[in-house]
Amino acid sequence: MSSYSVTHPSLRQKWFAGVIVVAYALITLMPLIWIVATGFKSPSDAIAYPPKVVFEPTLEGYVNLFTTRTRLSPEALAAAGPAQTWYDEIVRQYDMVISGPSRYGERFFNSVIIGFGSTFLSIFLGTLAAYGFSRFRVPLKDDLLFFILSTRMMPPVAVAIPIFLMFREVGLSDTHLGMILLYTAVNLSLSVWLLKGFIDEIPVEYEEAALIDGYTRFQAFYKVVLPQAATGIASTAIFCLIFAWNEYAFAVLLTSGTAQTAPPFIPTIIGVGKDWPAVAAGATLFLVPVMVFTVLLRKHLLRGITFGAVRK
Amino acid sequence: MAQIRIENLRKEFGAFTAVRSSSFTIEDGEFFMLLGPSGCGKTTTLRMMAGLELPTSGHIYIDGEEVSQKRASQRDIAFVFQMFALYPHMNVRKNISYPLVSQGMSRADVRRKVAEVAKILRIEDILERPVGGLSGGDRQRVALGRAIVREPKAFFMDEPLGALDAEFREHMAEELRALHDRMGATTVYVTHDQLEAMQMGDKIVVMNHGVVEQFGVPQQIYDWPATKYVAEFIGTPPMNFLDFEGTVPNGATQVALGEAVFAVPEQLTGAQGALTLGVRPEHVTLSDAAPYRAEVLAQEYLGTTQIITLRTRHGLLKARIASDLPVRLGEVTGVLLDARKLTVFDATTGRALVSKGNQEALRHG
Repeated sequence: MSSYSVTHPSLRQKWFAGVIVVAYALITLMPLIWIVATGFKSPSDAIAYPPKVVFEPTLEGYVNLFTTRTRLSPEALAAAGPAQTWYDEIVRQYDMVISGPSRYGERFFNSVIIGFGSTFLSIFLGTLAAYGFSRFRVPLKDDLLFFILSTRMMPPVAVAIPIFLMFREVGLSDTHLGMILLYTAVNLSLSVWLLKGFIDEIPVEYEEAALIDGYTRFQAFYKVVLPQAATGIASTAIFCLIFAWNEYAFAVLLTSGTAQTAPPFIPTIIGVGKDWPAVAAGATLFLVPVMVFTVLLRKHLLRGITFGAVRK
Repeated sequence: MAQIRIENLRKEFGAFTAVRSSSFTIEDGEFFMLLGPSGCGKTTTLRMMAGLELPTSGHIYIDGEEVSQKRASQRDIAFVFQMFALYPHMNVRKNISYPLVSQGMSRADVRRKVAEVAKILRIEDILERPVGGLSGGDRQRVALGRAIVREPKAFFMDEPLGALDAEFREHMAEELRALHDRMGATTVYVTHDQLEAMQMGDKIVVMNHGVVEQFGVPQQIYDWPATKYVAEFIGTPPMNFLDFEGTVPNGATQVALGEAVFAVPEQLTGAQGALTLGVRPEHVTLSDAAPYRAEVLAQEYLGTTQIITLRTRHGLLKARIASDLPVRLGEVTGVLLDARKLTVFDATTGRALVSKGNQEALRHG
């Protein structure tokens, strides 16, 4: 007879738990795996039916993602001479030559500027506001905090039309600054509330000790509170970045030329000849920065999610 | 090192008055205890002295200088918090160096000062350790180190032993007192533990509901409580109260509880109506021959002494007597009270009537 134990599972229990975790991971990762795989398929493999699980990988999607191409007549093609590079080679299969870079690079770069810019601003303003709300006797504090949160009670897109008109009026349409301000405004309520929770948990005695030790209020904030709030700041930053990075509706509405981010751009690739591998390649690359950012901060994120669950 | 004077200090938080009107003086080099139950305003008083709260009205003088509206950093004092408030992201050395760094002291001088302090506190071997893994006692020492390294005018401590185990607290209390005797710095110490206050303090202020009840040296406060509140708050078990209706004329040397008459120190103020006779348990003795009769209700054995609970016509009375005296439950015996140590209180105001015995102790308020 084996006795029942909570802390030491039996081998069978371990196996059972393992199978469930792996199955769950497969289910949730399936769309992601499919997107990554599609990025390496040829256009015909991508739309093959039944779907191809085993295929011959090609970089066609990535080449198409980063280039614009022109179809040439056989004479012109012959006049152009043999392909110079490996990517030239790929497009020659379709009687085409590369005529220039695509706009994906710029759009991606816009996403980086707007995503990280608004995240920085949300965290910067959010931390200061949260500190104020946490530490000082602010008149109407509870009402103000409620107002701040109430901006999130409807989907942000519900106010898309007024924002569109306002942006047009003040000249913020299709500018980096405009998008940074907009995403900051949306994220700020989240960051103020999350960070206030984190700062509330830092005993005020640390700052008082610093004040008595001869530091100013700002030095105490900067040298004592901030290092201890790092966990909260990191996890809040991840949430803010994910929102700004993935936002689609405002980006479609408010940007077109100079400040367009990657999310509204990626679907437009499809227009050029049902090029699913290029779309998939765009989406795959688009995942990378958020993934890297999250992995870098993941130990903070885990603490952030379970934050407050257990008293220290 | 400095004298600290508090004058009519008052603090209101909205509609709540935390400290009503406190006045007392802490002499240079004193180990001064602010004693009272939670919520009595002792911590608020200390925080006002430190500059962490601004008083609503009143004055604070440190070393003769009025500081009540000054920033904490301008008062040149050190504060030890109950939870120590060691900066968790710094190691022990950095924690202790921190107040010096803010003054812009050179790196070599900081190192030298920290080494000095570490030697005094015997924490040289943990200087490079993070504060997270330290034991309660070591944290306490580091917190003290951070306080003494700057050689401030005064130390303020808010229940610094409250977070320690009972066993270790005793030891730390001795260490703290020894450290104070060695440095001779004015120290203000907040506690709700009356034993701690009497054990460590040169002087004690007892506070209740934002009011200073009594101010004096421990023995005076113990022997001659100014109010019934102090009499009950200090001492385990507390002072006994025998309630009676009667008259105590000016100059009386005895009080009558019904037909029982007890000699008391010569009374300097007369009173009549509802009165209370206060007596410490150790000033009660059992004597078969005594006329004031009482029945033994309970017996608590404490090693060298025992506490006997007696039922009298004026209420319960606890006596602390030698543990080898035989006492049987239910027995009726006579009770004697030590005439030199009795206090008569006005039962309505709770204040002690002034007598030849307590006039010295009551002079401070």
